[in-house]
Amino acid sequence: MTASEFSNPEQARARFRLRVVVAGGVVLAGFLVLLTRFVFLQVVQHDYYFTRAEDNRITLLPVVPNRGLILDRNGVVLARNYSAYTLEITPGKVPDLDAMIDALSSVVTIEARDRKRFRRLLEESKNFESLPLRTRLSDEEVARFVAQRYRFPGVDIKARLFRQYPQGELGSHLLGYIGRISDRDLARLEAEELLSAYKGTEHIGKSGLEQSYERQLHGQTGFEQVEIDAGGRAVRTLARSRPIPGNNLMLSVDAGLQAVAEQAFGDRRGALVAIEPQTGGILAMVSRPNFDPNLFVDGIGSQDWAELNNSPDHPMLNRALNGAYPPGSTFKPFMALAALTLGKRTPTQAISDPGYFQFGGHRFRDDKKGGHGLVDMHKSIVVSCDTYYYVLANDLGIESIAAFMAQFGFGAKTQVDIEGESVGVLPSPDWKKRRFRQPEHQKWYPGETISVGIGQGYNAYTPIQLAQAVAVLANDGVMFRPHLVRYVENVNTGARRAIEPEPMRRIALKPEHLQVIKQAMVDVNVAGTGARAFAGAEYVSAGKTGTAQLFSLKGAEYREGGTHERLRDHALFIAFAPAEAPRIALAVLVENGGFGARAAAPVARQVLDYYLLGKKPGSAAGEDDSASDSN
Amino acid sequence: MRATAIKLARRLFGVLDPALLTITSLLFLYALVVLGSATHDFPSRFQAHIVNTIVALLLMLAVAQIPPQKLMRLAPPAYLFGLLLLIAVALFGEVSKGARRWLDLGVTRIQPSEMMKIAVPMMLAWYFQRREGVLRIRDFLFATAILCVPLALIVRQPDLGTAVLVLAAGFFVLFFAGLSWKLIIPASLVGLAGIVALIGFGGPACESDAPWPGLKDYQKHRICMLLDPSADPLGRGFHTIQATIAVGSGGVLGKGWLKGTQTHLEFIPERHTDFVFAVLAEEFGLAGIVVLLALYLALIGRGLAIALNASSLFARLLAGSITMMFFTYAFVNMGMVTGILPVVGVPLPFLSYGGTALVTLCLGLGMLMSIQRHRALLPS
Repeated sequence: MTASEFSNPEQARARFRLRVVVAGGVVLAGFLVLLTRFVFLQVVQHDYYFTRAEDNRITLLPVVPNRGLILDRNGVVLARNYSAYTLEITPGKVPDLDAMIDALSSVVTIEARDRKRFRRLLEESKNFESLPLRTRLSDEEVARFVAQRYRFPGVDIKARLFRQYPQGELGSHLLGYIGRISDRDLARLEAEELLSAYKGTEHIGKSGLEQSYERQLHGQTGFEQVEIDAGGRAVRTLARSRPIPGNNLMLSVDAGLQAVAEQAFGDRRGALVAIEPQTGGILAMVSRPNFDPNLFVDGIGSQDWAELNNSPDHPMLNRALNGAYPPGSTFKPFMALAALTLGKRTPTQAISDPGYFQFGGHRFRDDKKGGHGLVDMHKSIVVSCDTYYYVLANDLGIESIAAFMAQFGFGAKTQVDIEGESVGVLPSPDWKKRRFRQPEHQKWYPGETISVGIGQGYNAYTPIQLAQAVAVLANDGVMFRPHLVRYVENVNTGARRAIEPEPMRRIALKPEHLQVIKQAMVDVNVAGTGARAFAGAEYVSAGKTGTAQLFSLKGAEYREGGTHERLRDHALFIAFAPAEAPRIALAVLVENGGFGARAAAPVARQVLDYYLLGKKPGSAAGEDDSASDSN
Repeated sequence: MRATAIKLARRLFGVLDPALLTITSLLFLYALVVLGSATHDFPSRFQAHIVNTIVALLLMLAVAQIPPQKLMRLAPPAYLFGLLLLIAVALFGEVSKGARRWLDLGVTRIQPSEMMKIAVPMMLAWYFQRREGVLRIRDFLFATAILCVPLALIVRQPDLGTAVLVLAAGFFVLFFAGLSWKLIIPASLVGLAGIVALIGFGGPACESDAPWPGLKDYQKHRICMLLDPSADPLGRGFHTIQATIAVGSGGVLGKGWLKGTQTHLEFIPERHTDFVFAVLAEEFGLAGIVVLLALYLALIGRGLAIALNASSLFARLLAGSITMMFFTYAFVNMGMVTGILPVVGVPLPFLSYGGTALVTLCLGLGMLMSIQRHRALLPS
C-alpha cells in the first residue's frame, strides 16, 4: 500500500457520494420512465388493451347449418346429408405432422391421396383449425383410434355432415355437386357480402342445382361464443345462436323418368330434355355420359379428375345446356308454321320435288334421289322433304325466319334455373356481322338461307332450346320459363314456396295453322319417319325426326378421336304427347347416332311409354338396324 | 448449552441487515402470490420455487458471514475460474436453442456466464482497491479489459441478457470508481443518438435482409420486433404484443388474483419466468406495480446507503455495483415486457421463477449484508 492511499480519503468519499447521488438519479429517472409507460398502458390506453384482451379470449365459433335436401317430384331423395366420423388434426397442436400421420397410419388406413389432400388443406387454412385427414371412418377404425387416443394429442374424431347423392350418377348434370370452397368462391362470397354467413362452411355448390340454388340450400350459420386459450382450444361456451338449416328443393323432375331416359341412351352420348308444356317444369334432363357427383364431395382425387376431364366423351359437359347442335329436320315443323303464319304458304300448296333445288349455280340435294314427287306441307313434314324447305326458306328470307324462330326461344338462353347455359346460334345477317370480324365474312349470302331452312348451316341450338320450342308448339304458342325446381320447402316450418309457372310470352299463332303442323307431326309417328319407333303405341303422339350433319366447332378434336363412329351424323327427335292434350314435350339428341329415326326416336318412345303408361322398358334401347327411313 | 445456542444464532443471524431482510422478505412474499397465479396449473413449479428460495436464502446467510476482506481475496480466483469456464464453454459447451451456454460436468450442467455477474464486479472492485490513490487513465483501460474479455465470450455464446447484466455490473464499478465524466457524457450521448437513430431509421434497416455488424440474426430480429411488434404478430412479436396487452388490460386495480385472462388462457409466454411481470400487471394493475416499484426503490436505496457507509473502496464499489445490477435487472425486465426494450431474457429480480437467478441475487444480497456488517464507523 502506498502513502497516497491515505492522501485524500475525504475527497475520494465526497466524489463517491456524488456518484451515488447520480446513480440514485439514474434509478429514479429509469423508474419514472417505466411508470410513465405503465400509466400510459394501464390508464390512458386501458380500454384499448382491455378490448384486445377480450378479443383474444372470446371467439365466435360458427355452427354450420344442415344443407337442404334435393327431392324429385315424388319425394325420391336425390341429394342428402349423412353424418360420418372424420379423423381430424389441429396442426397448431402437433409439432411434427408427418411423424404424427405416420403413427396414425398404424391405427387407421391412410392412403397417399388422404395425405395429399391434407397437405392441400393445410396450405389453405389457419393453424388452429381442425382439418380432416380421413373421412368416413368405419366403426372399427373409430374404436381402434379411441383405444389409443393418448398417443395422438391434437388428433380428434369428429362427426361431420357429408353430402351424398344416393342415386349415384342419376341426374348428375342437373343436380351438380358441391366441393370445397375455392379462392374464387371466396371472392364471390365476399362480393355478395356473404363471407360471415359461410364461416365454418367448407363446401359450396359448384355446378347444377347445387350451385344455382346455393343460397336456398345453404341456410344460416349459427354461432357459439366461446372462451378460448392461446392454443385456440375452447374452454367454455358463453352464448350461442342456433343455425337455420337450408331449404329443401322439390323438383319437377321425375326420377323414374330420368332413369328410364338415361338408360335408353345406353352407352351412347347425347342429351334429352322433357318439359311439361303447361308449366315449363322439366320432367327429365339427361346428358350422357354422366359422372358420379359423390366423387367431388370430399375433394376429387387427381386420378378421377383426370379421367373425367380427359375422356373424349366429355362426361362433365352438360350437353342439354351447353351442347349446341344443328336441329336438322326437327326444324321443319317450325319452318312450316312460319310459312303459314307469315302467309307464304297454304297447307295445300304443293311443289313438285325433283330431288334437288337449284339456286345460284348450286344444287341443294334432297336425301331421296329423284325426289318425293308432289309435296304439300303435310307430306313435307311426314316424309321430311328437303326440297320443300329449300324453296320455302328462299321465299321467306333469312330475316323473317330469324324473327319468327326467335319467338320460340331459338338462339336465346331459356333462363332455366341452372347457371352457365349456352346461347346457341340463331343465324341472321345481324348475327353474322357480330360473329365475324372481316367484312368479307360478315356478308350474308342468299345460299346460306337455303341450308338454314332444313336446320343446317349456321343453326346451332341447345337441346333445352329445342325442347322448349317443342313445348311451346305443343302448348299452342304459350311459352313458360323452363325450370327444374317446383317448390322450395322451409325445413323448420314446412312452408312451401312454389316456383310458379312463368309465362314468358304468348306467340300469336292461328289454331288452324297449329292444327296442320300438329296433325302432320302425329302422322310422322303413324306413317312417316317415326312410324317404326312408335309402332303399336297406346297413345297418340306427335314427333319429328332429324339428322344433323356434323357441324363441328371442334373439328380438330373430332378428327383426333379418329373413329369412324365419331364422324357420323347426330340423330335428333322431337315429340309431344298425347297429341290432343300434351302432358310432355321433349327433344332427344344422340351424338353420332346416325339417322334420327333409328337412334333418337326409340329413346323418345321409351320415355313417353314410361311417362304416359308407366311402362318400363324391358331392355336398354336397342339399335333398330332394319330401319331405312330417310331423315 | 442454551447460551451457546443463542450466541451462535446471534453470530449467524446478527449479520443480517434488518432493513434489507425486510424488503427482500416482502419481495419473496410478493413472488409467492404472483407465482401462485402464474404456476396455478403447475403446482410442482410452485413447490420448486419455494425450495429454490430457501436454498438461495441459506446461501445468502452463508455469504453474509464472509467479511469483505475475505471476499476481496476471493475475487481474483473467482474471476479467473469463471473466465476459464467461459473459455471451456466456448470450446466444449453444449448448444441449446442456437446458443452455446452450458457446460456439462457429467453430474450437472452449469452456466458459467451467470457467476460472472458477481465475479466481474468483484474483480474490478479488487483492482481499483489495489490501485487506490494511484489511479491513472490506463487503470481504467485495464479495468475495461477485465470487463470486456468475459463480456466478449458471453456475447459470443450468444447470451445477450447475461451480457447486459455483466456489462451493467462492470460499468457501474468503473462509474463509482470515478470514470471521467468526459467519457461518460459523450458515451451516453452516443448511446442516446443510437437509440434515436434506431427508432428513426430502424424500419428500413429491419426490412432489408442484410445482417447488422456485430449482431446475430435473432438479436437483430429482437430489436426490429421492438420497433414494430406487429410485423410478426404470431412469431417473435407475439411475446411483446401479448405481454403489452396483459399489462394494459390490467388497468389501475388489475383483474384480480387468478383472474387474468391473458395469463390463464396462456396468451402470455414464459409467464412464470421472464414475463411474470405481465402476470403481476394484469392481475394487480398499476397499484400492484407501484408496490413493486416501491419495494425495488427501497432495496436500491438501502443498497446505495450501504455502499456509502462501506469501509473500503472494494466494499463501496462492490456494494454500489451489486445494487445497480438489481436496478438493471428490474429495469430491463419491465422494459422488455412492456415493449420499450428488446426481449433479451432478463428475469424480474426475486419474482421470476428460476433457481440460477435467485442464487445470483442472493449472493449479491449476502455480500451487501456482509459489507453493511463490517461498515466504517460513522464519523461522530
